[in-house]
Amino acid sequence: MSGGLARPLALHVAVIALLLGLNVVLPDYHHGVMARILVLAIFAMGYNLLFGYVGLLSLGHAMFFAAGLYGAALPVYHLGWGVPAAFGSGIAAGAVLALAIGLLALRTTGVAFMIVTMMFSQVLFLLITYFSRWTRGDEGLVLSQQARSIAIGGTVLDLTNPSNRYLAALALFSIVLLITLAVVRSGHGRVLVAIRENEERTRMLGYNTFASKLAAVVASGTICAAAGAAYVLLFGYAGSTLASVQYSILPLLWVLLGGAATTLGPLVGTVLMYYMIDVASGYTAAYMLIVGLMLIALILYFPKGILGTLRSRWIGWLP
Amino acid sequence: MAFGPHLLLATLEGLVTSAVLALTALGLSLVFGVMRVVNVAHGEFFMLGAVLAWWIASLVSGHPALGFLAALVIAPVIVGAVALVSERLVLRRLNYNPEATIVATIGMLYIIQQAALSFYGPEARPVAAPFTYRVSLPWFGYSGYKLAVIAASIVLLVATWFVLTRTRIGIVMRATQYDPETAQAFGIPVDRVYAGVFALGAMLAAVAAVLIVPINQAHYLMGRDPLLLSFIVVIIGGLGSLRGTVVAALLIGLSDGVISVFFSPTLAKIIATLAVALVLVFRPQGLFGTTAR
Repeated sequence: MSGGLARPLALHVAVIALLLGLNVVLPDYHHGVMARILVLAIFAMGYNLLFGYVGLLSLGHAMFFAAGLYGAALPVYHLGWGVPAAFGSGIAAGAVLALAIGLLALRTTGVAFMIVTMMFSQVLFLLITYFSRWTRGDEGLVLSQQARSIAIGGTVLDLTNPSNRYLAALALFSIVLLITLAVVRSGHGRVLVAIRENEERTRMLGYNTFASKLAAVVASGTICAAAGAAYVLLFGYAGSTLASVQYSILPLLWVLLGGAATTLGPLVGTVLMYYMIDVASGYTAAYMLIVGLMLIALILYFPKGILGTLRSRWIGWLP
Repeated sequence: MAFGPHLLLATLEGLVTSAVLALTALGLSLVFGVMRVVNVAHGEFFMLGAVLAWWIASLVSGHPALGFLAALVIAPVIVGAVALVSERLVLRRLNYNPEATIVATIGMLYIIQQAALSFYGPEARPVAAPFTYRVSLPWFGYSGYKLAVIAASIVLLVATWFVLTRTRIGIVMRATQYDPETAQAFGIPVDRVYAGVFALGAMLAAVAAVLIVPINQAHYLMGRDPLLLSFIVVIIGGLGSLRGTVVAALLIGLSDGVISVFFSPTLAKIIATLAVALVLVFRPQGLFGTTAR
């Protein structure tokens, strides 16, 4: 955690510049895949904020993703809202849900916290299935091309256009990445790490740990909801599978692989895992086997993840 | 059908659910109680039991009862062996750290599910019931096999209770649960107890699955609902409390049966899940448990 701001900031700007360059270079297929990965990496960053920095392992973050997803999709589909309003309502839905869940779930710790978050997430998943008249269950809502464009003045920004879609995903990704960097380097971020390391001692030093944890849950949930809202607005699909337990496990996997409590770990983990499954599914349909083996191998031999290991061995200044 | 008989039917269906649920949840409760490990793969051991039951029954020709009995004996043994191996290879190396073992058992969940999908396939397949006798009630006929499931579950629960409270094995397990270090100091092989408990927990789930498979077909995703419901039962019943587990299984099974018959199965699950999350938040020791340690 030593070193100034210059090197980390330069690294993050370089990563964003690299991703911007990829927009021009990438062939069609990988261009689409990367846009999706960027949105999922936002989801992973939101998860990392809570899991990596505060040390709270949630098994229910799919509910925040789904809150953003349906918070944006339902008004567009049923009320004909525009993209900016829908994006805002998706984020708001996630923030409100995160506040409610945080107030309840933070009364528990450890294993109970994991189970409680998993249960609440399951309730939301079942509710989405139950109200299939509006959500269309696992068949899902498909947003038309027309519903996914923004009219600014005379020009129309069409989010179904691959390049626009990639740039929109990258813009949101960059904002969230820099916010995360700012948060974890701030005093508040250090209090979060202190809670992870020793909550009792942090409380003894006079910090209100409950308030800090609640703020972290809300921030994490809001970021995940932003990812969900962006997902449906950019790719036009919201289905109940995106709210299932699997989507609570995946961000955990991405963050573990990339490195928990590193700002760039979620991106690295998401890219690697996505392509690993993508390549493997070309050879075998057994992608669940890969997910399972990766989880066990990571937790057994590589608990710090890629960037976490790099940081502890060679690059100490990595944020 | 009038309301009374309809309610009776719902109650019977609920009792069958409770019987199977109590066995499955007991396995989860034992593992969590003794080892402090939340076994997310518990539902997959249940599914594995059902799938193996189909496989074994399909190998045995002759009367369906022969195949069923063979499955009832062999499937839990195989599942127990799988659990034993995974405990030795993975959980022990993690020193039973609660959070790490959750991640690892999620990994097991995916591996077992994929193995079932690859070798067994996505179809749902039935196992013939050992007998097809129907009990005729004044209003409707009811499957005698379902009543036998309830009876078998009661027998197994009493047997487990007997082992836990009246035998040396039970004392060793409870000593390990109460204080592993002191138990070790008194010469109890804690490490082997953990391995045995993990296998036993998985075997209880497998037995429950073999019992249910003539009623519900075997399918590679069938482990999901038992896992969720077992969690609910264990949490409401309070940890390590056999009595609590049985009472909670009855409560959940019956209410699930009644709500499912009169309203919708999804609504039943929503209510149960929400209720349990709130129990865990506001009364972490469970409704019947004593204070958490």
